[in-house]
Amino acid sequence: MNAHASNYNFAYLDEQTKRMIRRAILKAIAVPGYQVPFASREMPMPYGWGTGGVQVTASILGPDDVLKVIDQGADDTTNAVSIRKFFQKVAGVETTTSTEDATIIQTRHRIPEAPLQEGQVLVYQVPIPEPLRFLEPRETETRKMHALEEYGLMHVKLYEDIAKNGHIATTYAYPVKVEGRYVMDPSPTPKFDNPKMHMSPALQLFGAGREKRIYAVPPHTEVISLDFEDHPFEVQRFDKPCALCGAEQVYLDEVVLDDRGGRMFVCSDTHHCESRQAAGHRGEMSGEALS
Amino acid sequence: MYVAVKGGEVAIDNAHRLLADRRRGDRSVPALTLDQITEQLSIGVDRVMSEGSLYDRRLAALAIKQARGDLIEAIFLVRAYRTTLPRFGHSEPVDTGAMLVERRVSACYKDLPGGQLLGPTFDYTHRLLDEELEGDPQIETGAQRTDAQEPVMRVADILDQEGLIEDDGFIDPALEPGDINQTPTEFPMSRAMRLQSLSRGDEGFLLALGYSTQRGYARSHPFVGEVRIGEVDVEVFMPELGFAVPVGRVQVTECQMVNQFKGSAKAPPQFTRGYGLVFGQSERKAMAMSLCDRALRAEELGEDLVAAPQDQEFVLSHCDNVQATGFVEHLKLPHYVDFQAELGLVRTMRAEYEQRTGEAVLETREAAE
Repeated sequence: MNAHASNYNFAYLDEQTKRMIRRAILKAIAVPGYQVPFASREMPMPYGWGTGGVQVTASILGPDDVLKVIDQGADDTTNAVSIRKFFQKVAGVETTTSTEDATIIQTRHRIPEAPLQEGQVLVYQVPIPEPLRFLEPRETETRKMHALEEYGLMHVKLYEDIAKNGHIATTYAYPVKVEGRYVMDPSPTPKFDNPKMHMSPALQLFGAGREKRIYAVPPHTEVISLDFEDHPFEVQRFDKPCALCGAEQVYLDEVVLDDRGGRMFVCSDTHHCESRQAAGHRGEMSGEALS
Repeated sequence: MYVAVKGGEVAIDNAHRLLADRRRGDRSVPALTLDQITEQLSIGVDRVMSEGSLYDRRLAALAIKQARGDLIEAIFLVRAYRTTLPRFGHSEPVDTGAMLVERRVSACYKDLPGGQLLGPTFDYTHRLLDEELEGDPQIETGAQRTDAQEPVMRVADILDQEGLIEDDGFIDPALEPGDINQTPTEFPMSRAMRLQSLSRGDEGFLLALGYSTQRGYARSHPFVGEVRIGEVDVEVFMPELGFAVPVGRVQVTECQMVNQFKGSAKAPPQFTRGYGLVFGQSERKAMAMSLCDRALRAEELGEDLVAAPQDQEFVLSHCDNVQATGFVEHLKLPHYVDFQAELGLVRTMRAEYEQRTGEAVLETREAAE
């Protein structure tokens, strides 16, 4: 264990708070997909910046853990850098950008492309944990709906999408059903990532700080995206492979190259892209000059 | 050549460096001292203490300095700091009837025991810019009262003598008060927890909601029973000693709003109350809080729920400015993964739309031919 800022307890939170959060996590694991209320603390970063994920990570982090933090799939987006630095400072843990080497991965908006392994924990930052929130703004109502497994409203919403547009018009935060019971918000990851949650060998924890909720998907748990028999769930497809590493079947970011409509598509998962390039894979624009 | 954007770390460091530079401003101008802030910007300091939920003027002043005068940012700094403090217990209820008052006004009675004390108020100042304050003019000290002071009786107690107002209510001494820091938000919230939330709620938000009740959204016919500002003793019960001992004094502003009430199935006709209590001198906040508190008691008093200020979930979920500013401002964080997903969807829908309209144009043309 490296030296960490000694003015603060290991990983910032005091042990009592960590115990409280761990109890909530254990309950969440015991009831997959159920949102467990917890007494979220004020963290030294703003609400909306990942305070829920940070509290979950702080509570499960041990001195031997190796931490990876991503935002939009990338290790070097400013907020990922900032959260990684925070844990380096207050916990002194080893950090990595490698998906394979990490024991805990905190993420905002993506699931890494490389399949997760047993023993790894994926911590999601969640803005609005309630999948029914935009159909019913009242917490008292939505909790009742979950308790009674009353998800008709959600199916009607999806049906209306199809009736109006011919397909379901939800592209991220696409609702899933966990182990045949709770409808859950997968956090605003693109629906492209939904299938990765299904039967994952890794533990998936979700922290919503401002809304004071924690929920979980234990390893090897069924996570099914809601759909209809005649309108099965589909993920996004891209016409081109990654311009840098040639990867297909991955999620791509669109990069605007010039003011004449020039675009390129590159892997959103920066570590995945870099390791492929290191392994000799090339895309159509790797090594080309940008003008 | 395009490379994935590296250098977030350097960018952050440079941003912090520039922020520190801008905060300090022109180096030939003397730096603000914390004493200057606590002494001369005291109402701002009090707001940071009350909405930061931490009674410490020096830390509030430090936060204001660090936040470049952005009070919500300062409140956030104080809140983040208070999270790290151990919680060792709770005080006995403070006795505001025994307050050492600096100001106390009632709109209900022309004169009353303890009198009307204007205190340090802006109320009757003419809002004319005082150019003398560009410098440091000599200022007289305040006048000190010398006559024997009669107790400053609470207006609620005066009304209570006739039984015309609801009483203070009864609290089971064994009841542990709730704590919004230690318990997850769940609705409906007890009045004690609601008052805690309101007391640290955003002044502007509560002001606007309270104002809306005056304009007819859940009208509550309010009179200021009294507003008082002063110092109260804070006592903590010591189990080792078997009695409560004072641990210090805090300055608070208390507002008792008296509201006309025609009675309902649940309560007789009487005056009801809305309550506001905040740290420091924060009269606007205490008054707004008491209007909101009264509106939130609609269900308890059997009133119809007709407007937002009566709605617990609406008011209490949105009154915290640290939460609100965080969630609103987080929109500037990268969202390009989700935006990409939406781009894809809009492109598909647009193509379908153009195909449909194209076909429709073709059909009308064919029909015309």
